[in-house]
Amino acid sequence: MTYTRPESLKQAVTHYCAGCGHGVAHRLICEVIDELGIRGRTLAVAPVGCAVFAYDYFDFDVTEAAHGRAPAVATGMKRCNPSSVVFTYQGDGDLAAIGAGEIVNAANRGELISVFFINNATYGMTGGQMAPTTLVGQKTPTSPLGRLPAREGWPMKVVEMLSQLDGTAYAERCALDTPAHIRAARAAIRRSFDCQLAGRGFSIVELLSACPVGWGTSPAEAVRLVAGEMTATFPLGVFKGSASPPTA
Amino acid sequence: MTARHLFSGNNALAEGAIQAGCDAYFGYPITPQNEVPEYFARRMAEEGRVFVQSESELAAISMVMGAAATGMRAMTSSSSPGISLMQEGISYLSGCGLPAVIANVVRAGPGLGGIGPGQCDYFQAVKGGGHGDYHLHVLAPATVQETFDFMFLAFDLAFKYRNPVLILTDGLLGQMMEPLEIREPSHLRIPGVSFERASWALTGAQDRPGRHFKSLHLDTHVLEEHNRALQRKFAAMAADVRFDTHKADDAAYLFVAYGISARICRAAVDTMRSQGIAAGLLRPITLWPYPIQWLRDRTPWLKKVMAVELSHGQMIEDVERAVAGQCPVSFFGRTGGCVMTAEELVEAAVKEFDL
Repeated sequence: MTYTRPESLKQAVTHYCAGCGHGVAHRLICEVIDELGIRGRTLAVAPVGCAVFAYDYFDFDVTEAAHGRAPAVATGMKRCNPSSVVFTYQGDGDLAAIGAGEIVNAANRGELISVFFINNATYGMTGGQMAPTTLVGQKTPTSPLGRLPAREGWPMKVVEMLSQLDGTAYAERCALDTPAHIRAARAAIRRSFDCQLAGRGFSIVELLSACPVGWGTSPAEAVRLVAGEMTATFPLGVFKGSASPPTA
Repeated sequence: MTARHLFSGNNALAEGAIQAGCDAYFGYPITPQNEVPEYFARRMAEEGRVFVQSESELAAISMVMGAAATGMRAMTSSSSPGISLMQEGISYLSGCGLPAVIANVVRAGPGLGGIGPGQCDYFQAVKGGGHGDYHLHVLAPATVQETFDFMFLAFDLAFKYRNPVLILTDGLLGQMMEPLEIREPSHLRIPGVSFERASWALTGAQDRPGRHFKSLHLDTHVLEEHNRALQRKFAAMAADVRFDTHKADDAAYLFVAYGISARICRAAVDTMRSQGIAAGLLRPITLWPYPIQWLRDRTPWLKKVMAVELSHGQMIEDVERAVAGQCPVSFFGRTGGCVMTAEELVEAAVKEFDL
């Protein structure tokens, strides 16, 4: 077996911590872009958060966005360039907290964009603070007593919520914990791009991802947490659309 | 002869942008500028161009940023509270070096304020607005025709310097109707401005490496150098000062006002001239850059200057900066959506000027 770097992924050492899921997610997206032969018409929007430097790793056209506004930036790109393939890459603070308005309305408009949503239950970049997706009981610097629903609310289930909107054509949650799940995530990313290319509507793939440094665990323990507690709160599966490849 | 149409300032703003080649408009309703998105919604569909009603002003300016990053002529409009929400995005646009046009049909503030006209967003428009060291060209039309014409100039400036341009009108200028000639204002166009996008914008990395726009530079020295480069651009932009005068050549008493206030000052000047008073008017058209030098050069011949604004005194700080203590500067303003009459202004000027 030969390990080759996707053409869409730059030869670069990332700034991501050991055990972080971002590197895997980047690679999967780039593999699918190469597979579809769409690098030359891909336009991406980087978030504010750990993936803020995504343009240092993606070798296609990328812009930054203000915190949470990536779906609006992507809307401007896609509406002006209908033949382009547009995606946002966002974390849970960016997408589910400060950008909640933008993601809901982009989905509701059925914007022909793909959203890759990294859920690691924390604000990694700023030091592991509580996110909308932080698990019940999870201790963070801003929920030092552990997240208590009566005080801090419940973990936000983004794909379940967005799947209720008519504009959402495809919504799936995957995890980046095991080789089988990573292969499934790659297939989901492919389905999201297929959905956009077929003009079927908005699509989102949520990727449960480990943040060992933010969680204060070893990388191995962090992966076990994704497979255990995280998946218990955020069940994997297709919440909108079909998991089978489009026939069109 | 070009046909004349009866147009509101807000509709002229939108039609001017369309005639100037605006590819995409993104906006959110707010009074007193609702005619702008409504007009765009109808006309952009006719033209086969992009119109999106956004979920907020935060989203509108971000949609503009997305379109601008792909090299499109994109714009938004709003009124004061909405423009406050856009400041973050405007700072990003300037930091990333992206062209865009933003129109503020100013209403009375602060807070939710009122829906009557105001000029109370001057500080926000010319002194930064959002975070960080940046400047925008700020254009202040005073007529419906100028509102139309300045849209051409705005896109020219935005693309010449790859920086956002702000149009500052107000609720009165936006709502009032005047005759409009729909034709290219060739006298205002900037020669040599290119709207091609393949050489710099995100058009897809076909047969080339990926490109990106960013304002983030965590290395302090790199960011300082980025800021120095931006400042060099702002210094070049500052050379493009535009203003108008009325009977100012031999004036001893000078009104300084922009936009709707300047029209009222013009009437006051004419009344005072008929009374034998040597009154005149300086009307800044670019509020940034401000006609500092012209006013400074005129100051030795002036007895008194009066800044007139629909605010409690904002532009007056730039007047004082120009005059630099060499001549008394007084102020007359109305707020809350109230607009002064020419008679009211003459009375105030006669008193302030000790005439």
